[in-house]
Amino acid sequence: MSKNKNNVTIGILALQGSVTEHERALENIGVKTVRVLKPEHLEGINGIILPGGESTTLGKLLKLFGIFEPLREKIQNGLAVFGTCAGLILLAKEIEGEQPHLGVMDIRVRRNAYGRQLDSFECESVITEFSADPLELVFIRAPWIEKTFGNARVVAELDGHVIAARQNNMLVTSFHPELTEQSAVHEYFAKMCGERASRA
Amino acid sequence: MAEKKQDQLKLNKNLAQMLKGGVIMDVTTPEEAEIAQEAGAVAVMALERVPADIRRDGGVARMSDPKMIKGIQKAVTIPVMAKARIGHIVEARVLEALGIDYIDESEVLTPADDAYHINKWDFKVPFVCGARNLGEALRRIGEGASMIRTKGEAGTGNVVEAVRHMRQMMSEIRLLSNKPSEELMTYAKDICAPYDLVKFVAENKKLPVVNFAAGGVATPADAALMMTLGAEGVFVGSGIFKSSNPRKTARAIVLATAHYEDAKLVAEVSEDLGAPMRGIELSTLKEEEKLATRGW
Repeated sequence: MSKNKNNVTIGILALQGSVTEHERALENIGVKTVRVLKPEHLEGINGIILPGGESTTLGKLLKLFGIFEPLREKIQNGLAVFGTCAGLILLAKEIEGEQPHLGVMDIRVRRNAYGRQLDSFECESVITEFSADPLELVFIRAPWIEKTFGNARVVAELDGHVIAARQNNMLVTSFHPELTEQSAVHEYFAKMCGERASRA
Repeated sequence: MAEKKQDQLKLNKNLAQMLKGGVIMDVTTPEEAEIAQEAGAVAVMALERVPADIRRDGGVARMSDPKMIKGIQKAVTIPVMAKARIGHIVEARVLEALGIDYIDESEVLTPADDAYHINKWDFKVPFVCGARNLGEALRRIGEGASMIRTKGEAGTGNVVEAVRHMRQMMSEIRLLSNKPSEELMTYAKDICAPYDLVKFVAENKKLPVVNFAAGGVATPADAALMMTLGAEGVFVGSGIFKSSNPRKTARAIVLATAHYEDAKLVAEVSEDLGAPMRGIELSTLKEEEKLATRGW
């Protein structure tokens, strides 16, 4: 049996941000990863992670590197995508007070919703969709989802604010599972990629 | 309500991880800050004069005017950093009160204390500090810094010192990670660094915080060189707004940093940038003119 249990390859958008952290998290569960720096790197992957970083910067770099349009098209055609923090902001159709970036997911986002760095925090919570065990959630200048509409559905809330959502092939979290040692969210996403790969 | 934990050092280290692979640019006006953001900078450093001008003007260099810093905070949505003098606790408190995202306790400004750095544990805001070698980096982390950068030699447009500091640091880390555990205490003593941090580096083969390059980076190829040597991102001070085409240079450095392994792309973006900043040969600087020797 292959070590890669889902037999999928997941791309990680590697323009900037928590790239090595996501690589480590996926390698720990035996999933093959590739770095996506150019449009051609989008070929042959079963899913892509948009990591944490600076969303303003990532939005500009996507265009500068010519990845913006091909990535959007692939996501619209069903490529599995997982956005953490900045990645969530990139996917949102609506951003309060700003123009959207990829604008593919039916969510309205508030940037830096919890405040500045002084308000960053960690906590524990059970998110049944990912795992029956409590997950360590790390929020770094985090956004939250003001509301979901259309086909997006709420996956998790914390103190009345949506912190994770899913819409078909798209998964977003406002926290950073790549900064913890727990692999439940990455396993969930690898499974999403596997299901879509076998259907294709 | 969920029970929130705030281990500020861990959160601050995490914040710095989000800057990885990025370029942080020195800016002196809101207009420059917008140019930097537009070019894809991951953060800006707000200061009144870039290091090249501080060097030229001489005199005492201090924290920037809060009004100027606020103007820059208003102009961009990316994080804003600002510099406090080494050991100047109150300048750091002022910057924290302004809601700055990172404080750079910087040798580019004239030190306020010739023996002690700021105890950064007293602050919630993250600090970045310069270092020339592993011992210096671990002392700063021991004092609470959540991000390290090489010192290089700021304002010279000459990358040789940044290269020296990065090579030194990486070579010490490689050496240390091959040491048996019984040698670690003596090694900690030799490099004047806290034992637990020395142990961390020995076990993990890297610093406990992110490590950026700074001080003398002037061209896209310079930035790519620093990434090749192990930097996790790049600070560019005078190199952008002292060049003849800041917009183009800024964008080229951002591209070269992300694609540092792709020489063809570095070649493309380096084309037709116009004159880079003039630069200073290090051997023409007197010892007391070197900024990197500030800090202890």
